[in-house]
Amino acid sequence: MSEVRRNRAAQAKDKKAAFGTDVDLLQYQLLANHEGDPLDLEALTQEDRDKIFQSGVDLEEKGRAGTFLQADHRIVHCAVKQPGLEVLPMAQALEEYSWLEDYYWQAVDVDADKYTAQAELHFQNGYFIRALEGQRITTPIQACLYMKHENTAQNVHNIIIAEEGSELNIITGCATAPHLQSGIHIGISEFYVKRGAKLTFTMIHDWAEEVMVRPRSGIVVEEDGLFLSNYVCLKPVRSLQMYPTTRLTGPGAVARFHSILVAPPGCELDTGARVVLEASHTRAEIISRTITTGGVIKARGHLKGLKPDVKAHLECHGLILAEEGTIHAIPELEAHTAGAEMSHEAAVGKIAEEEIEYLMARGLTEEEAIATIVRGFLNVQIEGLPPELQAKVDQAIEESEMSML
Amino acid sequence: MLEINDLWVDVNGEQVLKGVNLTIPSGETHILFGKNGSGKSSLLMTIMGFRRYKVRQGRLSFKGQDITTMPIDQRAKMGIGLAFQRPPSIRGVKTRDVFNICNSNSVSCDELAGKFEFSGLMERELNVGFSGGEMKKSELLQLLLQDPELVMLDEPESGVDLENLEILGKAINKLLQKYLWRTRAKSGLVISHLGFILNYIEADAGYVLLDGSIHCRGNPRELFKGIQRHGYRECIQCQR
Repeated sequence: MSEVRRNRAAQAKDKKAAFGTDVDLLQYQLLANHEGDPLDLEALTQEDRDKIFQSGVDLEEKGRAGTFLQADHRIVHCAVKQPGLEVLPMAQALEEYSWLEDYYWQAVDVDADKYTAQAELHFQNGYFIRALEGQRITTPIQACLYMKHENTAQNVHNIIIAEEGSELNIITGCATAPHLQSGIHIGISEFYVKRGAKLTFTMIHDWAEEVMVRPRSGIVVEEDGLFLSNYVCLKPVRSLQMYPTTRLTGPGAVARFHSILVAPPGCELDTGARVVLEASHTRAEIISRTITTGGVIKARGHLKGLKPDVKAHLECHGLILAEEGTIHAIPELEAHTAGAEMSHEAAVGKIAEEEIEYLMARGLTEEEAIATIVRGFLNVQIEGLPPELQAKVDQAIEESEMSML
Repeated sequence: MLEINDLWVDVNGEQVLKGVNLTIPSGETHILFGKNGSGKSSLLMTIMGFRRYKVRQGRLSFKGQDITTMPIDQRAKMGIGLAFQRPPSIRGVKTRDVFNICNSNSVSCDELAGKFEFSGLMERELNVGFSGGEMKKSELLQLLLQDPELVMLDEPESGVDLENLEILGKAINKLLQKYLWRTRAKSGLVISHLGFILNYIEADAGYVLLDGSIHCRGNPRELFKGIQRHGYRECIQCQR
């Protein structure tokens, strides 16, 4: 089994991805698993801690059901504080649970492109998070994938399972050390939301200016399951490309994606979500708010309705705050049955002059008026998001405002 | 308070005001009548300083200062306030946030909203899904918080039901300090289509604006009566 997989990966190791700038993976160093001193929490500098905190992960672990922290290829910390919850380094989970083979590379193809191939061929851990059947873990679990070494590749593989009737709230922050400039992060994430389970996944990215990011995610949601994804990327990154695919396999399954993106000059963000509604009475929603202050954004979305009585909506709104910025909204609706109800709404452009002047007539300067409108634009109240996670999203937006305007 | 001399204004290359002369002394409220498209809103937007309204000729002064090229926010800070006829919807920005922006006198926004039966809309996005009447109310409450010296109202009564007309009348009185026995310092410039507003405002003068210029000046009630009876036809002929 694993040999077949490795062969497939080996054959795909030069395969270009369908979207995004092609990255030459050879220019990045691959740290071997034995390299470097072992790390623990105490070894992190205050600067590291601050960066990790900004991406939503609190190392004091207050109000957290579990924590996972990996720096480059090494596990720094892994802890569980609540029964019914499992948080393990992926390598350990694979050793302990032979059944994990049934999930490993099942929601993402190992030979999808050179990035999935590298994640298989140069596996560097990642996290395994699982809520046992019927366990409602409402306190957030935090995970952080941190890059500390200059010009290296970080290749992680994560699996998250919400067993039947369980609930999981995960906040993940991906960040780079303050002085790091370049590197590549490849993250495979496979999500399994079982019957009647609820999984909320909030991801805040805080990379560096020359970092390339290639997440590859697949999500499977069973009958009456709910998958809620929130993605926030407000800091500079050289190039980010991801297009996770979700399969709604059982009646009543729901998936919702919300993303908030800001592209400063020199930054390429090619992101979106694809949802395949494979069963009747499934629902999907993809909402994005994007802003460019000079960078390039491709906001994709693809809804595919295969069965009757499905409902799906796609919404992308983009604001161009600088002349040289680009936003390309690419919404796709694909219905294979008359009973599919699918819609999309896209609007891209600069802030309406009328709105700015209206607020100026109330006494705000032009800059203040723009800031107020931008803040409102990004202020997406995400339905079903636990208050702690909403607070993290709000905090990230607030911090980015100053640098953006 | 406000002086307009020989004002010529273009919007997108089209002449909308053609030599308007107008003076509003301190404490007086003047009413503007006129058909749709006669330039009434354009005049208010020009006084507020909207950039689409390009002054080609003439001069605007407020409290003795030339404001012809002054930015909107500075005019607002000097004491000019406008209740829009059709305010824009601003997604994501809550009504409460805009009220707080307007609040120059640290009045309690909630108390004011409560008094005018507006509390339910405070957490909503500004004007998103508001009815016509709700928008008008929102505009007037914002002006009450701004407390301008020159109050400009662009058709405050249109789209408002009778019950709310009373509430809006109360707000307008408050804005223009009609209830005070002492000398009023507030000035007003009000656009009216339906004339209802005359029941709530003690107006000192009225004008008829036709095709970008003022055709008639006089007692506002008499003017309105004439318009009701004969339409604007008479005004065109009369050229007073």
